[in-house]
Amino acid sequence: MAGLILRNVAKSYEATKVIESIDLEIKDGEFVVFVGPSGCGKSTLLRMIAGLEEISSGTITIGDQIVNEVAPAKRGVSMVFQTYALYPHMTVYKNMAFGLKQAKTPKDEIDQRVRNAAEILEISSLLDRTPKALSGGQRQRVAIGRAIVREPEVFLFDEPLSNLDAALRVQTRIEIARLHERLGTTMIYVTHDQVEAMTLADKIVVLRDGNIEQIGSPIELYRNPSNMFVAQFIGSPKMNFFDSDDLTDAGRALINSRADILGIRPEHFIVVPTGSGVIQGKPNLVEPLGEYALVHCETVRGSPFIVKTTDPENIKKGSVMSFDVDPAVTHRFDQLSQGRIV
Amino acid sequence: MVAVVNKSTFSKVFWPVLAWTVAIVFFFPIFWMVLTSFKTDADAVKPEHLIVFTPTLENYLNMIENYDFWRFAKNSVITSLFATTFTLFVGVPAAYAMAFNPSRHTKDILIWMLSTKMLPAAAVLYPMTFLTKNILGLFDTHFLIIIVLSLINLPIVIWMLFTYFKEIPKEIIEAGKMDGVSIWGEIKDIVLPLAWGGLASTALLCFIFCWNEAYWTVRLTTIDAATLSKLIEGNRAPEGLFFGRLSAVSTAAVGPIVVLGWFCQKQLVQGLTFGAVK
Repeated sequence: MAGLILRNVAKSYEATKVIESIDLEIKDGEFVVFVGPSGCGKSTLLRMIAGLEEISSGTITIGDQIVNEVAPAKRGVSMVFQTYALYPHMTVYKNMAFGLKQAKTPKDEIDQRVRNAAEILEISSLLDRTPKALSGGQRQRVAIGRAIVREPEVFLFDEPLSNLDAALRVQTRIEIARLHERLGTTMIYVTHDQVEAMTLADKIVVLRDGNIEQIGSPIELYRNPSNMFVAQFIGSPKMNFFDSDDLTDAGRALINSRADILGIRPEHFIVVPTGSGVIQGKPNLVEPLGEYALVHCETVRGSPFIVKTTDPENIKKGSVMSFDVDPAVTHRFDQLSQGRIV
Repeated sequence: MVAVVNKSTFSKVFWPVLAWTVAIVFFFPIFWMVLTSFKTDADAVKPEHLIVFTPTLENYLNMIENYDFWRFAKNSVITSLFATTFTLFVGVPAAYAMAFNPSRHTKDILIWMLSTKMLPAAAVLYPMTFLTKNILGLFDTHFLIIIVLSLINLPIVIWMLFTYFKEIPKEIIEAGKMDGVSIWGEIKDIVLPLAWGGLASTALLCFIFCWNEAYWTVRLTTIDAATLSKLIEGNRAPEGLFFGRLSAVSTAAVGPIVVLGWFCQKQLVQGLTFGAVK
């Protein structure tokens, strides 16, 4: 097991900078999730750690070894690919044993490790099948199994759930969390899905355009997003932003000339009698989801915002309603710098 | 409703008829050739014996006894087999490199390779003959024919292999890298097994091209390395064409290829449509 240190890591393809200059420390045993919109460089960063992508400058250290020039298989990392990337012409057993065979591991040990991993992942009965005869979820387990048998210092997951259907995605997510608990190995996980990031991570790294926007625990990012991008990226539905023209006098009192944007999460709104509260809005669509409902509203000025409520009966579509919020859970930002003002 | 029925009846009749017509048009010369090979040279040119004649093995016996058929056949087998092997030996690494480690110039190289096929063979006939005969002393050797056949087919082989290799998902190759496989291991254990159908059809096609090649094999050989193409060519006697003999030699020359193609039909079609259907 080992930690990871990235120092000034950058990557460019000819003139295009994909990763600007990243400094990141990952502790031994930590579950770190790289999250960001597509094209933010998260997969590239993971592939640079794996050794599948050269780095243009900076150093990557795994354990106490600088691995810039080290071949992927010698870095002590295993990777689970989005498309599983199983060898279609080999059985499950051979797929899992292939890496160990390359490392000239004794046959008995290969057998023992493969069977052990198969047991953990409950795929012992599938060992003689080829990937073609497996379902998507089973293939994913084999891909994880192939990573496990190599007993790596660091696991790398590249959007491993995006090819699974919704139900299986939730189940596999839980299994990955359990696996981390059981093995205690450092894991780096790339996803564009903030729910996966929130549920799995010890530490989330939010990326945008090849830069780190914020690093922190899920709850930290949720409570104290450092800028408007992170504020909207973490949390679902995303945070609403209002400027002084949207707000009532009570709302305007919460902002000032520097902190001129008020951020309120949909789940923090409280319905209050018309005329009071920080904001007024006209609901135009209610999405009932059973436990709660999402109410799509428009401010007096026409800016859209979303309110999450457990009490949809109180919502009167088409008429102006007032909403209040506990000032302690609001967020203030500077529109110019997009940064958070405390 | 009626229109629909009519249309389907039409296509039920039209397409099979067209298919059969095309098949017969293509097959007829071969059929005729095989038929003629069992006629005497005298019968072969008489229209009244087109279908009805007394079959004879005279041509075949003559071919084997007087023409040294087996030597030509042996040369064909040797040159085609070695040329195909050598072509694949060079073509597989070349196609691998271009498919999995492309550079900015990969496309240009591929086009350049293909452009060598655009050169009319006749244009280099004299230099080739002069060079091999007077300078290199390779004229009429197996080695020369194998090299020539290999070079002729290399562009096509590389192109075909390149296309098949391109079909292999990049992630599988990367998974191999993560598993620590060497370059040769990667080719042997991952690329070739996955492109097996394509490799087989490329090899087969290359072998067929080598076997059928006539321009160079006829012109760069006399006796020692002469292939079946040369034998066929040699039956164009100055005193006229002996159709019976010629047909027997031709039948014997195409026979093995037809049989080989027949057995590998499935592989061949699968390989040729590999990229298209998937």
